[in-house]
Amino acid sequence: MTAYIIRRLLTVIPITLGVLLLVFFIYRVIGGDPAARLAGKNATPQKIEQIRKQYGFDKPKFFNWQEAAKTGSPAAAFDSQFWHLVGQFAQLDFGKSLQSNQRISRMLADGVVPSLCVTTPIFLVELSVAIALALICAFYRGTRIDRTFVVVSIVAMSISGLVYIMMGQYFFAFRLRWFPVWGFESPAFLLLPVAIGVIAGIGGSLRFYRTIMLDEMYQDYVRTAFAKGCSQREVLFKHVLKNAAIPILTNVVVAIPFLYTGSLMLESFFGIPGLGRMTVDAIYTGDEPVLFAMVFIGSVIFVIANLVTDLLYTWADPRIRLQ
Amino acid sequence: MTATAANSAALAAKPQTLWSTAWRQFRRNRLAAACLWIIVIYVGIWLYAESVYWTAYLRDVVPSYKVTDFDARNAAPSLRHWLGTDFTGRDNVAQLIQGVRIAFEIAILSSAILIPLGFLLGALAGYFGRWVDNAIIWLYSVVDSVPSILSIISISYVVGRGMKGIVIGMGLVAWVGLCRLIRGEYLKHKQRAYVAAARALGAGHLTVMLRHIAPNVLHIVIITFTLLFPRFILTEVILSYLGVGIANEPSWGVMINDAKQRLWLGVWWELGGATAAMFFLVLALNIVGDALRDALDPKLKTAEGSAT
Repeated sequence: MTAYIIRRLLTVIPITLGVLLLVFFIYRVIGGDPAARLAGKNATPQKIEQIRKQYGFDKPKFFNWQEAAKTGSPAAAFDSQFWHLVGQFAQLDFGKSLQSNQRISRMLADGVVPSLCVTTPIFLVELSVAIALALICAFYRGTRIDRTFVVVSIVAMSISGLVYIMMGQYFFAFRLRWFPVWGFESPAFLLLPVAIGVIAGIGGSLRFYRTIMLDEMYQDYVRTAFAKGCSQREVLFKHVLKNAAIPILTNVVVAIPFLYTGSLMLESFFGIPGLGRMTVDAIYTGDEPVLFAMVFIGSVIFVIANLVTDLLYTWADPRIRLQ
Repeated sequence: MTATAANSAALAAKPQTLWSTAWRQFRRNRLAAACLWIIVIYVGIWLYAESVYWTAYLRDVVPSYKVTDFDARNAAPSLRHWLGTDFTGRDNVAQLIQGVRIAFEIAILSSAILIPLGFLLGALAGYFGRWVDNAIIWLYSVVDSVPSILSIISISYVVGRGMKGIVIGMGLVAWVGLCRLIRGEYLKHKQRAYVAAARALGAGHLTVMLRHIAPNVLHIVIITFTLLFPRFILTEVILSYLGVGIANEPSWGVMINDAKQRLWLGVWWELGGATAAMFFLVLALNIVGDALRDALDPKLKTAEGSAT
């Protein structure tokens, strides 16, 4: 078991390096000259050259063999854009924002709390409602009630999240004045974004959890339980729910990083100063270091969440002994 | 899908094949059959929109959906403009029809990147195993670790606003699901007797991989495409909102975003029209995709969940 945990921990290293490589590849290779992009459309060649020097874009991308051959020390080969970035991110130093010149690590720390204020309630409400409805679906499986829920959830999934936000904000905040339109001052400001978030997401999660529950319903142990004379209710809550805990757990833990990245659109529509809005603003203003840091951090948290899931598996299900 | 229909008609006289049984299974689902008709109608609209676009392009004139009319700005629905006009007086219905074209183009071009990529990598990983498998698993775990919306945004952002950025972004991110499924299938099929027989008869690895196994897993490509299509449409809306979407052409995402400010003035027809046009296609694709999966491969575990 310990050996498994250690081996599983070690897999985090190549994945994290890979993520950094991927983000690096997107921002420094696919998109062409990063200095020209940062300098903007009407920049002079001198300005571009200056930015290139300032951010070290003039260095080789991966390995500085020239420098290593000249100085004769193998360490100099790592004096390149990529390894410089690895060093920086290992120290959680993401540089400064181009727009506000603030430290990005500082901005991230400031944005986490507002983001969590929105996404945590959405997550919890959606999870409990979806599981409750999924149990109802499993209870009435194959009947009209179950089919209605399925159709309604597919219908709900087929509408763009943006439309939910725009309509919700227009009707309930602007026309009916039940909620404040914009801002982040008191819990009242969170009610509408949370409600919209739950409604926009419930269709997808209901369908997901229903599939999980129904998969369990057709297992042998359920038939055995019924044969023993257990009631529907007993089977559902004692047998099915417990066994469904594993796929549910996967989904829950994997959703956690998205709590951190926040809801991009909800935050910018309702003026919540969280990470989602920070990301949207960074895209609008071309603030590349901020984007870079957001993507990287989001991925690292995802990697960690995956690790936690795998470790929780061994705890939740004694049958699992992964190689 | 129409190819499936033609296939199954031709094969009806023969013993049951995967496609003929699947088609019979599919037809039993009345809702899905109705949704298939909706998709057929959308395909018709798409072809019409392409013809409008290309005739205007070849004649080098301003296409009808781009003709502005400043006297009729934000006009309400009327007989002349069924869904009113937008802020420069362009007819909303004409723009929605072009939105169908953009949606199909995005889906098809993105798939042209992701299907070969996902299929080939999945096949290589599943068929050869060992270090090839390890390398490809590493690759897709890495791509999968970056929240997909963030990586699509990043790619579209660096490539630049427009169709190219969206297509490359989605194509380079969405292949992971297909790759996983194909890899699993190849792992299974590698053990089958027909593969051993083909090898024994002297077929090379590539022949076995692409000529013998590939036809048996091709249905997964169709299922994946149908289930990914609605997600492309919904993602396009988000990208348009973030300012990295389509430029200079009326896509549904662009229309919804343009409608954003005017909704507050009571101009609802632009938003309503775009939402409805999108809704029916996404709904039909979702239902048909589910039914296709149930008919072709009921045990397949595809990633489910919303795009946002």
